[in-house]
Amino acid sequence: MTVEREMEVRLKDVCKSYQRGSQQVPVLEKISFEIARGEFLALMGPSGSGKSTLLNLLAGIDKVDSGTITIGGCEITTLGDSELADWRAASVGFIFQFYNLIPVLTAYENIELPLLLTCLSRRERREHVLAALEVVNLTDRMDHRPSQLSGGQQQRVAIARAIITDPAILVADEPTGDLDRVSAGEILNLMDHLVRESGKTIIMVTHDPRAAEKAHIVRHLEKGILLES
Amino acid sequence: MNIPLSYSFRNLLTRRLTTFLTASGMAMVVFVFAATLMLTDGLQKTLIETGSPDNVVIIRKGAQTEVQSGVERLQTSIVASQPEIAIGQDGSCLMAREMVVLINLPKRGSNKPANVVIRGIGAHSLALRPQVKLIEGRMPRPGSAEIIAGLSLSGRFQGTGIGEHLRFGMREWRVVGIFEAGNTGFNSEIWGDADQLMQAFRRPVYSSLLFRLADVTQFAAVKERLEGDPRLTVEAKLEPRYYLDQSEAMAKFLRILGITLTIIFSLGATIGAMITMYAAVANRVSEIGTLRAIGFQRSSILAAFLFESLLLGLVGGVAGVFAASFMQLITISTMNWQTFSELAFSFSLTPTTVLQSLGFSLVMGFVGGVIPALRASRMSIVDALH
Ligand SMILES: Nc1ncnc2c1ncn2[C@@H]1O[C@H](COP(=O)(O)OP(=O)(O)O)[C@@H](O)[C@H]1O
Ligand SMILES: [Mg+2]
Repeated sequence: MTVEREMEVRLKDVCKSYQRGSQQVPVLEKISFEIARGEFLALMGPSGSGKSTLLNLLAGIDKVDSGTITIGGCEITTLGDSELADWRAASVGFIFQFYNLIPVLTAYENIELPLLLTCLSRRERREHVLAALEVVNLTDRMDHRPSQLSGGQQQRVAIARAIITDPAILVADEPTGDLDRVSAGEILNLMDHLVRESGKTIIMVTHDPRAAEKAHIVRHLEKGILLES
Repeated sequence: MNIPLSYSFRNLLTRRLTTFLTASGMAMVVFVFAATLMLTDGLQKTLIETGSPDNVVIIRKGAQTEVQSGVERLQTSIVASQPEIAIGQDGSCLMAREMVVLINLPKRGSNKPANVVIRGIGAHSLALRPQVKLIEGRMPRPGSAEIIAGLSLSGRFQGTGIGEHLRFGMREWRVVGIFEAGNTGFNSEIWGDADQLMQAFRRPVYSSLLFRLADVTQFAAVKERLEGDPRLTVEAKLEPRYYLDQSEAMAKFLRILGITLTIIFSLGATIGAMITMYAAVANRVSEIGTLRAIGFQRSSILAAFLFESLLLGLVGGVAGVFAASFMQLITISTMNWQTFSELAFSFSLTPTTVLQSLGFSLVMGFVGGVIPALRASRMSIVDALH
């Protein structure tokens, strides 16, 4: 029983297919696995194998065809659209390949964005944002717009935004895919730090073997099937 | 739980050029809309100010204007015997029997003829109209062929300057004075002795009666008595109401014309806003996906884009009203289509017009923005993030 309680993410018989024209194309077939709390998992596999699809499902931005996904005790596959949005706001942090910052907002405002969905006061939000800026070491850049920041800096802002609500899991889809070696190294160190110091659970899709090295567990996906590790 | 308003605002600022062009289109429509309302308001304001609140106008039942009206001498005596009529300083009733005819006079310079109102006045006509003042010369002597001309008329028509002569009604009339009547219709009239003018035009009846009530609260009683009297076929109206009724047809026409035009133009401006907002949504698809992934609800996305479009409309509205406010500097001289006389008035910007114009611009912003905003809010997150 104690083992089960520690499991942060549980997938059971998850199937997903997409409609392409008139035919159903299966993308994921009967995926089942578990990730313990505080784990750093890298998901690898050839392009088109369904990695992003799997990540999207367990981040609650896509819907399964069948099967169940339970995260932190909450069976998200039973939630409706609006409940799912609230759940994401509280429980998931997103890190994207192309950072996906809002161009018209400053670094500070981008990081603050998820906090607008909480009931924190402006002052409390400020404290949180300043602390997150400290973690990603960008305090001196907080008034810059994304276009005034380098790729590595933008990704650090994105990480600060992802952790600002203190979510249990972080999902990252090729977070170093658009970065040079040095910046990629910084991002990976930051993620490693988050797992070790803050006990975050991270699920990261990557092609980059150096990124996979940082992870505790590496799983391979091929043609919609999770290979045995 | 909403996306901050500054997000919408800054997006408008970021694409300055399209914002400017789209808002300009809406501003032009709002300008026409506001100008139409200002025109009708200005017209009605001028006409209402023509009347004094405690004056009563008596015209024949069914006649809309003095020009169409006729009141016989005997009937005027019955009206004059009403006890509610105020008494003047000379001890007689503050009442004037008047006669109105229209004649054609050539304009100075162009020689083009235009209609001018000739008003036959009584001893109290001037006293009953505090806004009319003799500014040059003197009043016509009763029983003489002397006339005075309104200020806005005297410069523009031949023979209407002081000391000059006019020929009408088969007689020569000498201009002995100039009067000024503010922005009212009297400014474009010629006044002379009523009995002399009736003889000249061979008219046996007066056109109207004007009297002042000692107590304006008595109006309903006087009206009921006069209109119920079997010997009389008259209608009694308070003077401001009388002039307002006169302007109603023209104001309505202007309003319908202006609003029809604005609605047609507004379709163009609204489609412009829609295209702009569609482009805004298309350019920000991945942003929308990101915001939704972070946890913002569909309704927040809808609100953000709708707000952006409303703001766009409001920018156009403020610019349009600002431009229209300068129309107040213009005075228009036109035909009063009820009396066919000249009428000078200005565009008048009221708070109601400002609010209606801004409301109209918001409606354009809303209609233009609602479909693109709905589309933005309905996107699937995964598709948007691709
Ligand atoms: N929204 C979608 N509609 C249709 N097909 C999709 C969609 N998303 C992904 N796919 C298909 O699903 C398969 C897996 O995609 P994806 O999960 O993005 O792979 P990966 O991230 O491993 O490269 C691909 O064949 C892709 O074309
Ligand atoms: Mg992918």
